[in-house]
Amino acid sequence: MYTEQMNASVRKVEATRDARMGTEPERMSAEQKEQLLAAFHPDYREDAFDTIAIGPNKGQKVPKELGRLLHTNSRLLNEQIDLDRIDCDADVLIIGGGGAGASAAIQAHAAGAQVMMVTKLRIGDANTMMAEGGIQAADQPNDSPVQHYLDAFGGGHFAARPELLRRLVMEAPDAIRWLNDLGVMFDKDAQGNMVTTHGGGTSRKRMHACKDYSGAEIMRTLRDEVLNRGIPVIEFTSAVELLKDENGNAAGAVLLNMETDEYLVARAKTVILATGGAGRLHYQGFPTSNHYGATADGLVLGYRAGVPLLYQDTIQYHPTGVAFPSQIYGALVTEKVRSLGAMLVNCEGEAFMHPLETRDVAAAAIIRECSERGKGVDTPLGSGVWLDTPMIERIGGAGTIERRIPAMLRMYLNYGIDMRTTPILVYPTLHYQNGGLEIDAAGFTKSVGNLLAAGEVVGGIHGRNRLMGNSLLDIIVFGRGAGKAAAERAKEVTVGKLNLDHIHTYAEQLSEAGLAGDGLSPLLLPNYARKAR
Amino acid sequence: METVNIYLYGKKYSVPADLTILCAMEYAGYTLKRGCGCRHGFCGACATVYRIKGKNELKTCLACQTQVQEGMYIASIPFFPADKRTYEINALRPEQQVMMQLYPEIYACIGCNACTKACTQGLNVMQYIAYAQRGDFAKCAEESFDCVGCGCCVMRCPAGISHPMVGLLARRLTGKYIAPESKHLTERVAEINAGQYDELIEKIMQKPIDEIQELYNNREIEK
Repeated sequence: MYTEQMNASVRKVEATRDARMGTEPERMSAEQKEQLLAAFHPDYREDAFDTIAIGPNKGQKVPKELGRLLHTNSRLLNEQIDLDRIDCDADVLIIGGGGAGASAAIQAHAAGAQVMMVTKLRIGDANTMMAEGGIQAADQPNDSPVQHYLDAFGGGHFAARPELLRRLVMEAPDAIRWLNDLGVMFDKDAQGNMVTTHGGGTSRKRMHACKDYSGAEIMRTLRDEVLNRGIPVIEFTSAVELLKDENGNAAGAVLLNMETDEYLVARAKTVILATGGAGRLHYQGFPTSNHYGATADGLVLGYRAGVPLLYQDTIQYHPTGVAFPSQIYGALVTEKVRSLGAMLVNCEGEAFMHPLETRDVAAAAIIRECSERGKGVDTPLGSGVWLDTPMIERIGGAGTIERRIPAMLRMYLNYGIDMRTTPILVYPTLHYQNGGLEIDAAGFTKSVGNLLAAGEVVGGIHGRNRLMGNSLLDIIVFGRGAGKAAAERAKEVTVGKLNLDHIHTYAEQLSEAGLAGDGLSPLLLPNYARKAR
Repeated sequence: METVNIYLYGKKYSVPADLTILCAMEYAGYTLKRGCGCRHGFCGACATVYRIKGKNELKTCLACQTQVQEGMYIASIPFFPADKRTYEINALRPEQQVMMQLYPEIYACIGCNACTKACTQGLNVMQYIAYAQRGDFAKCAEESFDCVGCGCCVMRCPAGISHPMVGLLARRLTGKYIAPESKHLTERVAEINAGQYDELIEKIMQKPIDEIQELYNNREIEK
């Protein structure tokens, strides 16, 4: 499967393996990391960003691709929609069918609210389903929520909102307990102890996993519970704008049936935005590990309604996306591969960094290896470095890969690459939106009443970089919290007359800024037709 | 560029030979709404059946994980009515009769093994159904663990079994009732609820940034 040139490099990796076994490459100092990030992390490329022209974050940096959507008018601007004709009514409307939305739905339903979920694909077609490596929680005797706080705060460059991060780490063990009680099968030993490992930037082994199907196992369990409860899930139906009442509070959404192009009016006492990330905007031309629907819809809806963004200029490039073969280019190679002992190695067979630095640092180091240092391995779509997976079998014993990371093994075997005996080629892939809508500790968005947000659409929980395993955690902690809070708030709310005034105000602001250009936003689905990849 | 001829719903297209079926459909001009989810082999949205021209074997696959071949006749499955039964997980016990009550059709399995042959993940589907029949939920859970729920097994089953739903129930019963309790987890939750960490977390939150940087940069990392 590999080219001649790749095979020649594999032989160099094999030649140094014995010497590398049992050694631990040095970790970088704080200054070394700062210099590396400034020189090689994609967030520092000035020409990849625009300035937001209107709204609460006016004057701030934003990735060009997201800026274009924020600077584009609503799909509904020139549509005639009768907002007095209500198609569906709910106490709590949840927009998004991933882990945050499903957790919120379960908790809002348990609190007695009438809940409705809408999602533009199917429930479970979400980044949650694709999270492989695990979920963090400080539940081991040598660990504590305070240690978890320190790791996450430092890993996020001391930029996380303390009140949000506090909630994340303090509710983490209970989130694991809740999932366990729903029937999620965590990796445990015979005595019931959770099998936990390190992730990049953790100081304690607190990564819980379900093999390398962690997110899938969580998502399919949550989905099953949503369906068991009989919560209505309207699939293939996208929210295209939020609705407000005469008090300016969120009061529902206009929905679009993706298959019939019919618009529907959904009225609700509270609305939870749980629409996820933006990988399919392909910032800076990067491939992505995200699902098909990750197009930043929630950021657009929320921002147009007046919710400020936080850290919208910080993107997580997962250091190890597939660089080869082309068919799975950009797919995630879980960080757990490094947790289990695989080193990052360049074309000469040199371990060029500690394998468990934080993701932003690791991504920047790989980009440096492939660019300035010229020690990458050429691939048909660019270049990559080796992830020396046979080390895992040496460290953990034969069979470790099949037992602990079966999805990775299967993905590569499909293309004739056996990662148990051969290293694999990786390069950073667009993975996660660190920033997003600003919320308070209870999950309510800033400045729009009765509107909550949970999951990847939120910014501020992690700061300017996120640690592995803190995203599966955040969708559960903040999803559950949002569900409870929305159900509680709904008891006090009487919805008034619905309006879309905010999209007209937004259009005027765009027009004044000379930006009322072509196109429609939100994007809903990426435009891949007639393109090879 | 090397190309191959494929047939999407019977219509011929010439596409680059190195594409997956999913990307080939897009290359041909389709904008997918159904039959496309995670695009990386985890969600099961892109269940697909195909047959190579001139051969009689009908194959099943995930469109996002399968490279095109010359002469492929392809139909993606936009939806398949698998039959999920609803239940209250807290009211169940991990006993054999649970399956008898919720999924009695598993006992109508005729042992044809069509489910296993259809599995896009290469799982031994008939075996995990056999474990479910016997009430061995832990083994059923383990054997079915990598299931992505694409439904190809369900499509091929003459007994009308919804295999992914059976595996899912077995996994939930295993995770909740059969796997041993994690005492360290139970204890930590109780400690947090008792307020044991409240003061400590407040303290670290209030620390000036340079102090917390110092703490972070010099923290001890477990080997």
